Amino acid sequence: MKVHEYQAKELLAKYGVPVPNGRVATTPREAREIALELGGPSVVKAQIHAGGRGKGGGIKLAANADEAEAAAKQVIGMTLVTPQTGPEGRLVRSVLVEEQTPVERELYLAALIDSSTGFPVLMGSSAGGMEIEEVAATNPEAIHRVSIDPAAGFQPYEGRQLAFALGLTGDLLRPAVALMADLYRFFVEKDCSLAEINPLVVTKDNRILALDAKLNFDDNAAFRHADILALRDKDEEDPLEVRAQEEGISNYVKLDGNIGCVVNGAGLAMATMDAIKLAGGEPANFLDIATANDPQRVVNALGIITSDPNVKAILINIFGGMARVDIIAEGIIKANEDLKLNVPIVARLAGTNLEEGVRMLEASSVKCERAEDLGEAARKAVAAAKVGA
Amino acid sequence: MSILVNKETRVLVQGITGREGGFQTERCIEYGTKVVAGCTPGRGGETAYGVPVFNTVADAVEAQGPIDCSLIFVPAPGAADAILEAANSQIKVIICITEGIPTIDMMRVKRALRDSNLTLIGPNCPGVITPSECRVGIMPGSVFSKGRVGVVSRSGTLVYEAVDQLTRLGIGQSTCVGVGGDPIIGTTQRQVLEMFNNDPETDAIVMIGEIGGTAEQEAAEYIKGNVKKPIVAFIAGSTAPPGRRMGHAGAIIAGNTGTAASKKAALAAAGAVICDSPAEIGATTLSVLKERGLI
Repeated sequence: MKVHEYQAKELLAKYGVPVPNGRVATTPREAREIALELGGPSVVKAQIHAGGRGKGGGIKLAANADEAEAAAKQVIGMTLVTPQTGPEGRLVRSVLVEEQTPVERELYLAALIDSSTGFPVLMGSSAGGMEIEEVAATNPEAIHRVSIDPAAGFQPYEGRQLAFALGLTGDLLRPAVALMADLYRFFVEKDCSLAEINPLVVTKDNRILALDAKLNFDDNAAFRHADILALRDKDEEDPLEVRAQEEGISNYVKLDGNIGCVVNGAGLAMATMDAIKLAGGEPANFLDIATANDPQRVVNALGIITSDPNVKAILINIFGGMARVDIIAEGIIKANEDLKLNVPIVARLAGTNLEEGVRMLEASSVKCERAEDLGEAARKAVAAAKVGA
Repeated sequence: MSILVNKETRVLVQGITGREGGFQTERCIEYGTKVVAGCTPGRGGETAYGVPVFNTVADAVEAQGPIDCSLIFVPAPGAADAILEAANSQIKVIICITEGIPTIDMMRVKRALRDSNLTLIGPNCPGVITPSECRVGIMPGSVFSKGRVGVVSRSGTLVYEAVDQLTRLGIGQSTCVGVGGDPIIGTTQRQVLEMFNNDPETDAIVMIGEIGGTAEQEAAEYIKGNVKKPIVAFIAGSTAPPGRRMGHAGAIIAGNTGTAASKKAALAAAGAVICDSPAEIGATTLSVLKERGLI
């Protein structure tokens, strides 16, 4: 799960990370009031869950409250297109109004898990303000990492190593190490998958400050973080994906093709997409129905897929292990009655309780074309989508 | 021989009284797996599927004697604790099926197991099966057949898919291992390749990877200097869009790392035969086995 910049800064500030003064506004009038409170010049920043906002015109400088109000008027309600939003862009519903910070240097700092060791790392770069992937590609020697032992936790010497490597010396050393300790504590206590401060700046008056922050939270740990879950902004998510989650399908990703997919297992779901592509078609979605063994979940999955107007055929690919084919069949039959499905269905069924499932489908009024294997299923689905298109 | 489990393996099931745990325990017993104990806190003294249930893993070990392997179905919030409880009783092979364990919990588990001689398979995996001998997991036993090809995969359902293709072509399996789809897993594909490489009853290896992380590249590094047995590899997710998590928490393309293309290139450079279509894994393996005179 992602949160907005203003929420990320509020969360990090509670853990002691220094951030600029400012607040969120949803109207130009509010933006004006915040700018007045702040006093001097301010910056007005569009709040959407995507980076590259400056390039798209979503970040504006304001010399006074009038200008802050005018900037907010321009930005709130605009559809902001950045390299990360895709061409359709995102509607801006709020802005962060912050004091302007005179910047001496820009750095990068993040806490994340190194998947090859399973240990957390603090990663710093002297090239702040750039995407870290870009730095890794063009200037890898600017990136410094310290691996943290999760049993012992973050140690000040690890912070000093990183701080010296980033040139945070003299009066900056102590606050830099303290900030790293705070960031690490936040990362672990709040179950982040990424806690990134980019840029971390050194100000003209020699302070360090998190000028922007991006937090990604581990969805698997949401059950123990009601406070974080309350910050979720469903406006930032695809409506069909939101509906899928509400209906118990946590693994649905909408794509641009016309063959809807219902598959059990993430790997098989990806492979099914690959097989469709190799057969000359385009998948309309990724969907892992997982192993709920609840027929209603199949109905919900088919409901979501068929509410995408692009879908011209459906490929159901189930290889039962923990999931049982008979329960999936029950769901397909129920969906056929409840949803009055009118797109062609190709079903490839195998694994646990297959015989029972096939018997149920054959005894029902469901019209679906069976396929024996994945290659055949993909070819038949591609052919059916061409007829339907 | 085989790897990790065989017909002698004595298995404990943690979470045996749960709905899925129970259903799968019955399938394991039907398959011939020696399930000698179950564990559910508060249900000690009961019997499930003819197996005695204990309150703690320590109680189970004390009453039933040595246990070689634990199979864990405990729900996600308590699963890391269950793994550490099994480790505390020195159970050598711990197989965790549970999906959805917080990454931070697994980070601590990984650290705790680092200096031990215990093997954790998973979490978020289908388990391990040595066909005709021992099924410790959730896979549909009927598609597997005994033979000399080892299978290792991040995805569970792709193990079934690949094995189904192999079995239909008359190619049996030595052992099949699903290592799990999470960012932090107990045993990597590289480590399983090493086990298969050292197993005299495995002639060839099918490896199924997917987008995200660098585990396949690390496996390729190992293959390069060490593995003479033929390897057929498929990488799922060639068509996945970047930046989106594809079901498995670990399956996400970040920047230029983790793409299917980069993994295929690394494995091909190490000498693996790359199979581009998930529908051709069996056929590709068959032609490789013929080429090497192994069939």
